[in-house]
Amino acid sequence: MTVDTKDPVLLANVSRRRFMLGVAGGSALVLAARWDWAHANTEEEQKYGAAGMPGGWTDDPNVFIQIDADGTVTLVNHRSEMGQGIRTSVAMVMADELGANWDQVKVQQAVGDHSRYGNQNTDGSRSMRHWYGPLRRAAAAARQMLEQSAANQWLVPVEEVRAGVHEVVHEPSGRTLGFGELAEAARGLEVPDHTSLKLKSDGDLRFLGKETGIINGELKSAFPKAIDGEDIVSGKAVFGADVDVGDRLYAVIARPPVYGATLKNFDDAAALKVPGVKKVMSIEGTGQPAAFKPLGGVAVVATNTWAAIKGREALSIDWDNGPAEDNSAYTSGSYREALEKRSQSPGKVIREEGDLAKAMESAAQKVSATYYMPHMAQAPMEPPNATVRIEKDRAEVWAPVQNPEATRNTVAERLGFDPANVIVNVTLLGGGFGRKSKPDFAIEAASIAQTFEGQPVTLQWTREDDLQHSYFHTVSVDHLEAGLDENGKTIGWLHRSLSPSISSLFAPDPEHKVDFELGMGLNTTPFNIPALQLENPPASAHVRIGWFRAVYNLPHAWAIQSFAHELSVAAGRDHRDYLLELLGEDRKIPNPSVGDTWNYGEDPDIYTINTGRMRGVIERATDEARWGKELPKGRGMGLAFHHSFVSYTAVVFDVEVDDAGELIIHRADIAFDCGPQANPERIRSQMEGACVMGIGIALQNEISFQDGVAQQSNFDRYLLPRMTEAPREVRVHLVDNPDVPMGGVGEPGLPPVAPALVNAIYAATGKRIRSLPVGDQLKA
Amino acid sequence: MASLNINGKEYQLDVPDQMPLLWVIRDVLGLKGTKFGCGKAQCGACTVHLDGVAIRSCTTPVSGAIGEITTIEAIGNDPIGQRLQKAWLDLGVPQCGFCQSGQIMNAVSLLRQNPAPGRDEIIHAMSGNLCRCGTYNRIIAAIQRA
Repeated sequence: MTVDTKDPVLLANVSRRRFMLGVAGGSALVLAARWDWAHANTEEEQKYGAAGMPGGWTDDPNVFIQIDADGTVTLVNHRSEMGQGIRTSVAMVMADELGANWDQVKVQQAVGDHSRYGNQNTDGSRSMRHWYGPLRRAAAAARQMLEQSAANQWLVPVEEVRAGVHEVVHEPSGRTLGFGELAEAARGLEVPDHTSLKLKSDGDLRFLGKETGIINGELKSAFPKAIDGEDIVSGKAVFGADVDVGDRLYAVIARPPVYGATLKNFDDAAALKVPGVKKVMSIEGTGQPAAFKPLGGVAVVATNTWAAIKGREALSIDWDNGPAEDNSAYTSGSYREALEKRSQSPGKVIREEGDLAKAMESAAQKVSATYYMPHMAQAPMEPPNATVRIEKDRAEVWAPVQNPEATRNTVAERLGFDPANVIVNVTLLGGGFGRKSKPDFAIEAASIAQTFEGQPVTLQWTREDDLQHSYFHTVSVDHLEAGLDENGKTIGWLHRSLSPSISSLFAPDPEHKVDFELGMGLNTTPFNIPALQLENPPASAHVRIGWFRAVYNLPHAWAIQSFAHELSVAAGRDHRDYLLELLGEDRKIPNPSVGDTWNYGEDPDIYTINTGRMRGVIERATDEARWGKELPKGRGMGLAFHHSFVSYTAVVFDVEVDDAGELIIHRADIAFDCGPQANPERIRSQMEGACVMGIGIALQNEISFQDGVAQQSNFDRYLLPRMTEAPREVRVHLVDNPDVPMGGVGEPGLPPVAPALVNAIYAATGKRIRSLPVGDQLKA
Repeated sequence: MASLNINGKEYQLDVPDQMPLLWVIRDVLGLKGTKFGCGKAQCGACTVHLDGVAIRSCTTPVSGAIGEITTIEAIGNDPIGQRLQKAWLDLGVPQCGFCQSGQIMNAVSLLRQNPAPGRDEIIHAMSGNLCRCGTYNRIIAAIQRA
């Protein structure tokens, strides 16, 4: 194209498709014209991946990219940052494809708005998997517009120009124009059509897929620096309750101790005498199922958080346990016994292959075991909190939420407002792990703020609130039986898996796991065994059950990977060899063939279960750990693998248990295959973190109930891994596998950690742990 | 009435004697870098310095905070603080970042008393600070690097 920028034809184009919504507003360039991506989606495509999510996806550069005349590139991150590094990774994807200089990149956090940004629910390890493509396309479109703008100014064919780093170069003449200089003119151009987009080749990328930071003492690259790093280490980073909203009030809520109980009456006389307490008010509760709605109770509103806490301590409250029904009799020990008893009888069959009865009859050896994993609380270091200001029919929310759109809609529903009049500002999350997928705390804050028109109110959950009223990880009993032939080969496998379902949170309790729960490593059991039967006997929910990082993969991996090890021991075989034999020949298992209708929302033809990738991570982890090497007495290695969130992980632990029963974790080797890697350094940090969290699941985490009340209320009794529990060394081995679709990262590192550690404890001591947490079982 | 010296500034505040220093710092003075994690001195997110030594501000009544208080906002003025901040960034320590104010404050206190701690000494000194993201090994490496 050789037209001048003043060419009226070009201006006519601008007026035809102009769509002038700035991401930050009022700056020089907002790339014009809306991307028409809707036609690119066939009905079939819309069932899976990002297209299958509420709000779908967009690759419109107008939504994500803004370039100012001074060259500042503002990139919008619409996903919630909770420690996975997504604000950095999202910016990396766009900055790399665009050609932006990292020092001139700013990240702006999107408010909750699916209609503008597409899906924002930061859950299910989906951010990069669903957005890597759209964000690269958005940035490629913007880059091509800058290139076209330069070609127009120089009156040269666009083929002769290319974007370098923060500038466009005319190669024949060596002329350059900076992104900032081109921004104004580029905004008049039409967004290029999908078919004309040219993504950079891998060799032209500066950030994506490259290791950064210091790994094993070696500096890989100092760039790109973490977007929020400097703010975090200097105390400037803004988490939920850190927002600066001027003069405000602070509140805490006393909630019914038993799920479903209601407020009978309360006496606030003493509370109102606490200096700083302004008001005591009841909060409307919700019957069962509670979904994301508040539990109800009594709120104390004060001039500071401490006064609100002291005021709450001074309340006298009577609760009515009647509406809670049998939840008020929920006691963990007897519930567990009931599930264990039920696990001895057949349950709903969810997958059946071969003739199990016959296989068991012909077996030379039978093995059976029952495994237990208790309730756990996510316990992010930042307890839930939310700040809300209401003016007339408008509400503004500042909160650390994983799902801003759900926050917006549920707050609007509670207030009776139009969702368009509810603005949800997403702060940094001080950890999420699934807890902050539920916006109940924002609705609570909105209920209180409604009484204080025009004044912001910050609702703070204390740690006691968090541990006693979480949306708890489910509780589970898994019973397995296997038959081995005379050569030790497993010929029959029975797995009965019992745990209450998350769907009890939204509808009458189905008492059975639903598709997405079964699909988390249960019906997708990948072993090649002639006779296999999977059953799901009923289990009822008596507390709010919710997502916890990796969710039902945790109990499934715990039971299956422990039992596979037990079988290798029974067969007198090496665990790795036996595991590979259970997997059989490398093959792809079509999800529908095992009854998995979910597959993490991904197309089963593209993301087919691949046992070759399972073998790959098992071999990598064991090779790196020097599996099979001589170890002194009291020391041993344990292995486990798991496939989840369409990624593959294997973990090997090298541990020692001394005569006093003290456990020393010498080393963890983690092999991880998520396919293409956007930001390898943050993948490593996710694996390292999952390793520590998984050690806590194995050794420490337990929430137990007595008469419907959680028995742990702070970190003195709900034990989390401390630096003392960290392995002396953690080595992460990322599998180079760029030719498959991208998998999840945030969650899949977690499920194999607990079974690998418990298997290592067995190798070191001969002691088999089947009930988590390990606690002091090694000292018995 | 409480007299406080925080980050080199003097404050006269009309707050109850028993009010924990944490809430004075956060809600009264608006310094939000110091975090609330447990309220029971179990997690270390609220760590600040009193005369250069790490204390838990969530269980320290304001009346007991007599001396020079330093919070994360001012730790970059301290040479040890500066070195630790840099090491934290070089090694990509933070994940969510919520506990890191307290971790850095405690680490500064440690290095002041013991400029070259071994791994076990670091673990001993730092095990009161929880990190749910599990950044412990990078914290140890960063303290050794600083």
